[in-house]
Amino acid sequence: MSNLTAFFASRWGIISAGLFIGVLAPILQHLGNPPNMGICVACMERDIAGALGLHRADVVQYLRPEIMGFVLGSLIAAMVFREFKPRTGSAPIIRFFLGFFAMVGALVFLGCPWRALLRLAGGDGNAILGLAGLAFGIWVGVLFLRSGYNLGRSAPTKAAAGWIMPVLMIVLLLFALFEPQFAQGGPIFKSTKGPGAAHAPLIISLLVGLGVGFLAQRTRFCTMGAIRDVILIKDFHLFSGIFALVAAAVIMNLILGQFKPGFANQPIAHDNHLWNFLGMTLSGLAFALAGGCPGRQLILSGEGDGDAAVFAIGMIVGAGFAHNFTLASSAKGPGAFGPAAVITGLIFCLIIGLGMRERSRT
Amino acid sequence: MSEKIDARGLSCPQPVVLAKQAIDKAGKGTVEILVDTVTSKENVSRLARSSGYRVSVEEKEGDFVLKLEKA
Repeated sequence: MSNLTAFFASRWGIISAGLFIGVLAPILQHLGNPPNMGICVACMERDIAGALGLHRADVVQYLRPEIMGFVLGSLIAAMVFREFKPRTGSAPIIRFFLGFFAMVGALVFLGCPWRALLRLAGGDGNAILGLAGLAFGIWVGVLFLRSGYNLGRSAPTKAAAGWIMPVLMIVLLLFALFEPQFAQGGPIFKSTKGPGAAHAPLIISLLVGLGVGFLAQRTRFCTMGAIRDVILIKDFHLFSGIFALVAAAVIMNLILGQFKPGFANQPIAHDNHLWNFLGMTLSGLAFALAGGCPGRQLILSGEGDGDAAVFAIGMIVGAGFAHNFTLASSAKGPGAFGPAAVITGLIFCLIIGLGMRERSRT
Repeated sequence: MSEKIDARGLSCPQPVVLAKQAIDKAGKGTVEILVDTVTSKENVSRLARSSGYRVSVEEKEGDFVLKLEKA
């Protein structure tokens, strides 16, 4: 067991997690998931928000089993390796809104960092702008970290608190399996056209999600952390994971005929460079201030971190607002109020970054 | 000189930031850092080793005491 733990903590451990995601995400696309969206935590949480009726964009409504898999896979890994530690109390209300605005930024770009990497690996040049924005947002976050920014300590709590997120995921999984109707026409909503109607078979999505959740829990895979550690402490450990992800996904896309280089007419993407950049700047900053990318937050919630769970719920609620209030982009470009929402989010993050600094530390 | 830091309950990357500040300040000598998750234990250990420190870990009531030493 300790040998396994040492492997997962090693450079090859994190590379194996990147390879696992990089190989399987394009396969999920091949089996039905939307293009360059084999795995996208933001998009998939947005689809879940839609399936629950939190927004009514009928093309993006589906209970994505990958998300349930991430949390439950992490839970299993945490249980097996005795790392399930229920904890909470580190500025949950701030984390909720960091999640909210992280989702708004991600839906202006159209993807979380994982999808940004997968879009790049599929030849979508717009991902370069998104990733540049992500890195810039994280760099701003690092400035705050260096100046004493800190959301305060969490405290250990009882098992009941740590189980809320995993149980919520089990309930969603049951909804996905049995598709109950709570009112005429839904919820549970399920897209019949658009990206929400494109999905791999449920059991395969769930198994891949469980595998990714398990591996990501063991290796601490985190896209935001990858870039942050390079900037903050010149540590390339996590970065080697995302590098492996992109390399594997490029090869898989070439094999599966899914590599289509260019900027125009990329699937579920727009080519407005400014808002691709600024959308992900907002997300990157929010992730850095919250201490993890959306995938990492789900993994943490599976090992009992109630604050990470609040961030994830904030993202799902944010997705509801993003579509109800025309903040989310479409293939045509940013939504009517997307740019205003990104600026609002950036102002929020800057206030939090400045306001939550500890001037003197022991 | 020996410095003691309590990084329990702090989310990533705070324990690493605190450890780095302590290492930079200490130069040589011993830094003791208390963390409460395996993730923090791994992250701080990796940072310390890459900075030329020897790391020893002691588990104490579910927490980890990391002793970073440089001769």
